[in-house]
Amino acid sequence: MALPRHAAGLKHNGRSEVHPILKLVAQRLALGVLLLLAASVLIFAGTSILPGDVAQSILGQSATPEALENMRRELGLNEPAVSRYFSWLGGILQGDLGTALTNGRDIADSLGGRLKNTMFLAFWAAVISVPLAIFLGLLAVRYKDRWPDKLISAVTLTTISIPEFMIGYVLIYFVAIKWGMFSSVAIINDGMSLGDKLNAIAIPVMVLTLVVLAHMMRMTRAAILNVMQSAYVETAELKGLGMLKIIRKHAFPNAIAPIVNVVMLNLAYLVVGVVVVEVVFAYPGMGQYLVDHVSKRDVPVVQACGLIFAAVYIGLNLIADIVSILANPRLRHPK
Amino acid sequence: MNDELKHLSTRVTKGLMTRREFVGRAAALGVTAAVANSMLASSARAAGPVKGGSLRLGMSGGESTSSLDPALAASEVPIMNLRNLGDTLVNVNKDGTLDPRLAESFEASADATTWNFKIRQGVEFHDGKTLTAEDVMKTMERHSNEDSQSGALGIMRGIKSMKVDGDTFSVTLDGPNADLPYLMADYHLVIQADGGFDNPASGNGTGPYVVESDEPGVRHTYKKFANHWDETTGHVDEIEMVVLNDATARTAALQSGQVDIINRVEPKIADLLGRAPNLNVVSTAGAGHYVFIMHVDTAPFDNNELRLALKHAINRQEMVDKILRGYGSVGNDFPINAAYPLFDEVIPQREFDLEKAAEHYKKSGHDGSPIILRTADGAFPGAVDAAALFQQTAQAAGIPLEIKREPNDGYWSEVWNAQPFCASYWGGRPVQDQMYTTAYLSTADWNDTRFNNPEFDKILLEARGELDQTKRKEMYTKMAYMVRDEGGLILPMFNNFIEATTDKVGGYTGSPIGETMHGFAATRCWIEA
Repeated sequence: MALPRHAAGLKHNGRSEVHPILKLVAQRLALGVLLLLAASVLIFAGTSILPGDVAQSILGQSATPEALENMRRELGLNEPAVSRYFSWLGGILQGDLGTALTNGRDIADSLGGRLKNTMFLAFWAAVISVPLAIFLGLLAVRYKDRWPDKLISAVTLTTISIPEFMIGYVLIYFVAIKWGMFSSVAIINDGMSLGDKLNAIAIPVMVLTLVVLAHMMRMTRAAILNVMQSAYVETAELKGLGMLKIIRKHAFPNAIAPIVNVVMLNLAYLVVGVVVVEVVFAYPGMGQYLVDHVSKRDVPVVQACGLIFAAVYIGLNLIADIVSILANPRLRHPK
Repeated sequence: MNDELKHLSTRVTKGLMTRREFVGRAAALGVTAAVANSMLASSARAAGPVKGGSLRLGMSGGESTSSLDPALAASEVPIMNLRNLGDTLVNVNKDGTLDPRLAESFEASADATTWNFKIRQGVEFHDGKTLTAEDVMKTMERHSNEDSQSGALGIMRGIKSMKVDGDTFSVTLDGPNADLPYLMADYHLVIQADGGFDNPASGNGTGPYVVESDEPGVRHTYKKFANHWDETTGHVDEIEMVVLNDATARTAALQSGQVDIINRVEPKIADLLGRAPNLNVVSTAGAGHYVFIMHVDTAPFDNNELRLALKHAINRQEMVDKILRGYGSVGNDFPINAAYPLFDEVIPQREFDLEKAAEHYKKSGHDGSPIILRTADGAFPGAVDAAALFQQTAQAAGIPLEIKREPNDGYWSEVWNAQPFCASYWGGRPVQDQMYTTAYLSTADWNDTRFNNPEFDKILLEARGELDQTKRKEMYTKMAYMVRDEGGLILPMFNNFIEATTDKVGGYTGSPIGETMHGFAATRCWIEA
């Protein structure tokens, strides 16, 4: 009965009730932008204090001193770091991410394709793992402390404990090599049909699902069990409602906030944290792209990737906050 | 059993197994010699390049930071890109001889200071432009002018002037160099239209394949160039190169049939992979080597007795067995082996001898303070383990060797050629002169042992202009002894190139000069019908 009560609350308080939410969102957005700026400074400082020299990293072990000097001059590396930072920032504000120091390509172009791929993989992994995790969580609550609960916990905790590259290798060995079912190389390109693409990413999606499942499942289980202790659920039980109906109608809406938070955290992981999986399956996502450019000290690209990653994190957390506030009126009245 | 025999006979045709070995194996499988020989004959009939089909390669050594600009190529995938899309003036064959490509012929003046290259006629770039000697000169200019960032800048430095006369491109050098054509075979020096000044990364070359898609660090695809001047290369219609930097991913892709050729097979799995019925592992002895380098001008390594102590305290055979798993050969503290022309076989092998090591160490009068050896995983595959083995044997000789492990990141700018004692590697060069000029001449940029011997420098420059090969060989022998007995180089092992192909691939023969057939795997292999 949670939902009607929200609606009533909104109607009753009128404008003064809606306003704080907008204000809150605006506040969060402004904070997010500030955070992004701070992140860009951090990334810039971080890449500057890394050992090694951009020109040497690009040209490799066999570069002559003249070639190194020519490259430094062309890249503007002889200018002070602060002025390089601000000229880059100026470009960003005009929507220009610049060109990569290493291969002179337009960063927005190369990054766009990589971002699309990352999102594609994250999307399919999320489509499978989020509903599955929540369903398994609910199932675990329904059969709390009985064998289905224990089995679900044991399996998901095992898969989260194994390093993801190991799960990847094991799946490649069985699924791709022994059974010949899906591709072990997940390279996708624009010329492929959706079916081909899904075939290519099938094993990485399995790996990612196994990796993120446990966290979301356990949080769903814990949040709902927590709510189940409360008095109104006891009342519902005494009214004679079925277990699943109690979970669905009373416990779940009140447990949404923590679940949404952990789901968003895992979605963020699927976007920014899958570099190991990308390497194992040679998937052309952003992680590998970022790592390559970090090792060559290609600061503009690292900055651009860092900004996007930071934006994804901040954005998803923003969504989680807003959903929590909408789901739980108590959060709208900060004490 | 029949499959096994068929597999074995194709191995013979590819030169991976001798006829005698084959008949022996066949006998073990219960087949008479006569039948075995007839099988071999039918398998040989099928050999020879097959045109058409597509070839897929899974390659290590590609980054999303790379480009098609020949000047910037420094790893395996960019190098193969250049081989596919372009041509150099000459190539070096696997036996060390020269193969004229865009230069139809070349000749030196009597003193070897001027070289004339006659440029091949009727060669077309992918965009339809015809190759001229002017294009060649502009290409060389781009790699040698003062704005150049080219990896070939070092080898272009001896050039005093260049000119074009009709279809002849002439180079005048500061001093004589009998090996100049070998330098022109460098992979950076693929000829570009107008020298590639306006768009160096366009991929417009004269090579057998036209760039179709170019996604650095992910995938490169090529289509056959219909108007390529040389019918004997470029057998398949399409090439797909996918970048698989992870060794397990690479192996899995080959095993599951998603690629036909992979490079850099890890020594520890090479034997296992070779046992699979449909795969061939190709191991090629090369000129590349793994080294520990000391700066001879920095204490305590400025003391030759200490250097000799360390050179005697390393167990080379153990390193070849444990680090390379037998896929390599022992080194002798100078950077030349049988892969080079004019190699002297009779220079005695330096042996692992703890007594001698202890003796030299005592003579050096070293104060017993720790001798720090810096190493990193990225220095060469197995560098950390190799350093540990070295430490063990050195300690047995009473030498206080200590290992300092450095991060891979920044190793080539912060440690190598900067710290006095570290692990490193060298790829080979086609000729001795180039190897010594690159790293042992006292004025060389990459003189990573700070080797400085005026006598050595003098012989090296003399040998360059020496056209009498017998005399030249004697000079190189003298130089080898100098580096071996006085230099800062500890060279425990030469590493083999280990690559693998499926049974469908024909024409795969490793080259000692560089991995994946010196980058030519895609343009020289074919898919068996």
